[in-house]
Amino acid sequence: MSTLTATLQREWQLAWRNLSDAINPLVFFLMVIALVPLGVSAESSRLAALAPGMLWVAALLASLLSADMLFRRDYDDGMLEQYLLLPMHLYGMVWIKVLIHWLFTGLPLALLSPLLGGMLSLPVAAMPITMLALALGTLCLSLLGAIGASLTVSLRRGGLLVAVIVLPLYIPVLIFGASATAQTAAGTTAWGQLAILAAFDLMALVLTPLVVITGLRIAVEG
Amino acid sequence: MLKTWFHRWGSPPWFYRMSGKLLPWFGVATLLLLLIGSVWGLAIAPEDARQGNSYRIIYIHVPSAFLALAGYYLMAIAGCIGLVWRMKLAFWALRAAAPLGAAMTFIALITGAFWGKPTWGTWWEWDARITSMLILFFLYLGVMALANAYQNTDNGNRAASVLALVGTVNIPIIYMSVKWWNTLHQGATLKLTSASTIDPSMLQPLWVMIVGFYCLYAVLLLLNLRCEILSNERNSRWLTDLFSTSTSGDKQ
Repeated sequence: MSTLTATLQREWQLAWRNLSDAINPLVFFLMVIALVPLGVSAESSRLAALAPGMLWVAALLASLLSADMLFRRDYDDGMLEQYLLLPMHLYGMVWIKVLIHWLFTGLPLALLSPLLGGMLSLPVAAMPITMLALALGTLCLSLLGAIGASLTVSLRRGGLLVAVIVLPLYIPVLIFGASATAQTAAGTTAWGQLAILAAFDLMALVLTPLVVITGLRIAVEG
Repeated sequence: MLKTWFHRWGSPPWFYRMSGKLLPWFGVATLLLLLIGSVWGLAIAPEDARQGNSYRIIYIHVPSAFLALAGYYLMAIAGCIGLVWRMKLAFWALRAAAPLGAAMTFIALITGAFWGKPTWGTWWEWDARITSMLILFFLYLGVMALANAYQNTDNGNRAASVLALVGTVNIPIIYMSVKWWNTLHQGATLKLTSASTIDPSMLQPLWVMIVGFYCLYAVLLLLNLRCEILSNERNSRWLTDLFSTSTSGDKQ
């Protein structure tokens, strides 16, 4: 069995056995969305105007919360050092970890979004595109979150710091994602925004592992 | 030749000595340029036909905005040099440049708000340029927070350098997306008079101020960097030698 398949199997099993890590961000997502009508207004016309932005901001925060856990357990139990010692390029390890993280946090978020969109009176016609945009966008968010996670993994109180580091990097995804949702809600198509989100994904897939590997090396060597 | 030059400037004792010699020159240049530029810009340059005297804040706003961005790239390049060649001095330059750049960004934002009130009728507008300046400010804060979060300063330096480099890749992306977002929402509303469309009588003092701000930045950066050198090398031999000779000279 190759190292990559072994890594994949290990991460997959770990993700299933720590399901609460995947469920907590979803609950958080749900709660933030439930706070909006309470704080702003329950009027459906006002909620519908806020819906695209609120959905995306809440998704950003939920993804941020889960990013901190990406490498922490592996760092604490010494697995990260073992990964760095393995005779394979770490690109594969980072991809596997991030993709599984996305499968367990970003994808469920996207699947849950029609329900939350409904709570915010988002037009039903906008739901499929919103789901697709969230699925694409959260992958990029997971990759960017991995940068923050790798740079703070050796710090005991990394949580808030990850937010300060990563949120500015999330902004382009927020802009294009929210605009995809808003445009489909207004009745026009948003393939351009989806294409740009996909382009962000591809770029992040290629570039972020480089940064993450450097970050992990700093954490382990220090 | 270049290599010895590089090594020499990378050595803290050499840098400390040479920067001490350079500082007065930069200091005098800064004083002169800022004095000439501000008197020229605030008193002699003609009043703007539409904005009256309020436009004169351009003489602080534009130079600080220049340095906010240039400072970020200086910081990132210093971080890159530090990461590649493991040069301590470059990391200290990154630490010295981060708060300075954040301050410049803050000045640009605040003077922009003061300028916006009389001319646009609002303190804050979610214009593409203003928003990307604000995000630049956040990026600076992130680098500073990360550099200071580590107990082991070397790790903090390296992590902050990596983040600064990530920022350089992201700044153009952020700028373009913010611009796109803004134009989608409200079209081209706020057109700042760009430097090329300004009258020469107003432009000349602006150039003086820009060069003056660059000199000011150099002075502040050198001062910050010398502080970093002093605090990081406080236990080293050359520093004790330097100070023991100067203080024993005073006693005698």
